Amino acid sequence: MELSTDLKYNKNDEWVRVEGNIGTVGITDYAQDQLSDIIFMEVTAEVGEELEKDATVAEVESVKAAAFIYMPVRGVIIETNEELSDTPEVINADPYGAAWMFKFEIMNPVELDDLLDAAAYEKYCQEREN
Amino acid sequence: MAYIPHTEVDRRSMLAAIGLERMDDLYDAIPKEVRFPDLDLPEPISEMEITREMLTLSEANLEVQHVPCFLGAGAYNHFIPSIIDHILRRNEFYTAYTPYQPEISQGTLQAIFEYQSLMCNLTGMEVSNASHYDGATALAEAVIMALNQHRGKRHKVLLSPTIHPHYRQVVRTYTQGMGLTITGDESLDTSSAMLAELLDEETTLVAVQYPDFLGRIEDFGSLGEVASQAGALFCVVVNPLALGLLKPPSEFGAAIVVGDGQPLGIPISYGGPYVGIFTTRQQYVRKMSGRLVGETVDSRGQRGYVLTLTPREQHIRRDKATSNICTNQGLMALASAVYLSIAGKQGLREVAELCYHKAHYAADKIDALDHYSLWHRGPFFHEFVVACPRPVAEINDQLLDYDILGGYDLGQEYPTLADHMLIAVTEVNSRENINDLVTVLEEVAHD
Repeated sequence: MELSTDLKYNKNDEWVRVEGNIGTVGITDYAQDQLSDIIFMEVTAEVGEELEKDATVAEVESVKAAAFIYMPVRGVIIETNEELSDTPEVINADPYGAAWMFKFEIMNPVELDDLLDAAAYEKYCQEREN
Repeated sequence: MAYIPHTEVDRRSMLAAIGLERMDDLYDAIPKEVRFPDLDLPEPISEMEITREMLTLSEANLEVQHVPCFLGAGAYNHFIPSIIDHILRRNEFYTAYTPYQPEISQGTLQAIFEYQSLMCNLTGMEVSNASHYDGATALAEAVIMALNQHRGKRHKVLLSPTIHPHYRQVVRTYTQGMGLTITGDESLDTSSAMLAELLDEETTLVAVQYPDFLGRIEDFGSLGEVASQAGALFCVVVNPLALGLLKPPSEFGAAIVVGDGQPLGIPISYGGPYVGIFTTRQQYVRKMSGRLVGETVDSRGQRGYVLTLTPREQHIRRDKATSNICTNQGLMALASAVYLSIAGKQGLREVAELCYHKAHYAADKIDALDHYSLWHRGPFFHEFVVACPRPVAEINDQLLDYDILGGYDLGQEYPTLADHMLIAVTEVNSRENINDLVTVLEEVAHD
């Protein structure tokens, strides 16, 4: 399982890159591996929308499951990755890079403290494997 | 083989586990007096006696095979070629269940795929699901699909007043508690131009019927255009048999076409089972309800069929599923597919033309009577409204004395159409049947 120490994670198997007051979100290597071949991705939230933590932002479908991408903390959507709808397989190939799903302005930075670091997320994944 | 696998010991140990002594204790919540009511049943009789009794009962019914029928209003009496029943009763189809395992279900899956392809051809749409229970539930699912398409942000549904009244009722039942405003059908006078004016940014779906419940044919091109401009989905409820003759709704901007497949080889059978047709455009396929069969190739490159796009469905998507329908009306869908495949494009057109011409012959004859007149002068398919000199129920009673099943009493559904009869004529009504109807109508014009 590939992990990056400069990212934050949550128990929805999402990663968040925090740069100033901007967060970028995608799904983890563990998540794409569990889902297997991803065939569909659609961002259902709109740019400019302010969403609470855990609000649904996007949908992902693989050949065997459907999954939802949620807001990791409260924020305003500022950009979505439209290219992913046409090439959802990129989520399998490059989950931490080209497969970023959306960017948002962080509205409540305190909530970032609840996110996991790479070590804690890895432990969480291992627990589930067992 | 014993039907109940539990022994007395099993039962006692299960009761003990939940802290009860006797089986009766399980029924404590049900008042004693209604628990085991005395059923006043006759003594058992022999098979021979019961056969005789059932025959007597069934012979007391009027059957459309034996009396001319002019009743339609959503369920139509058409000729059903015997080959349909022969195919339906093959046990490979008759006993088949959910085709989740493609490796053992190719026959069922291919039959559904053929049905879907035929429905797309008929409606001019790009995608058909594997079917719903009936036309009414298909329309209700169209509403749900529109809500999903707009992600729950639009809450207004416009229904034409001349969609089948039962369909409109089912839509209301189906969507209760969802916070929708369902409107447009309060008055029979609401035309499609008036529906277009009611369209706004809150409207998720606007639906009309074609031909409408009163048999009329209208080109909904401009309503389709206005709906599209307002960002609402335009849904057309069709009689599939009429599409053998009429321009398909895809040509006037329908986003969804639904209907009841009953006219295609399915008996009236006192209201069911029928089959609900649901077709739409490719762009909406992930929001579509119901199951879907797709064509693919197996590991050896051979053509095969599978359930496809299943992550839409509730066994995978759970509470976020696009619909709670996980089944289809397989046997009845097969009946429609067999009907269409043996009729062919030309045959379907001929049946539709026969219906059209016979209905127009009947309408002209009835309109020429002194005390009856056509309520509507524009184009119609095989059903039309007649203004009658007396209450329709009374006329129908008298028609029955002559062994004729009369039309539908529209006053039941539309107060302004009291004393108006909706008459359906199909290919099975002979010229003689129609002439008899006209003669008797004239005779019973007065008390």
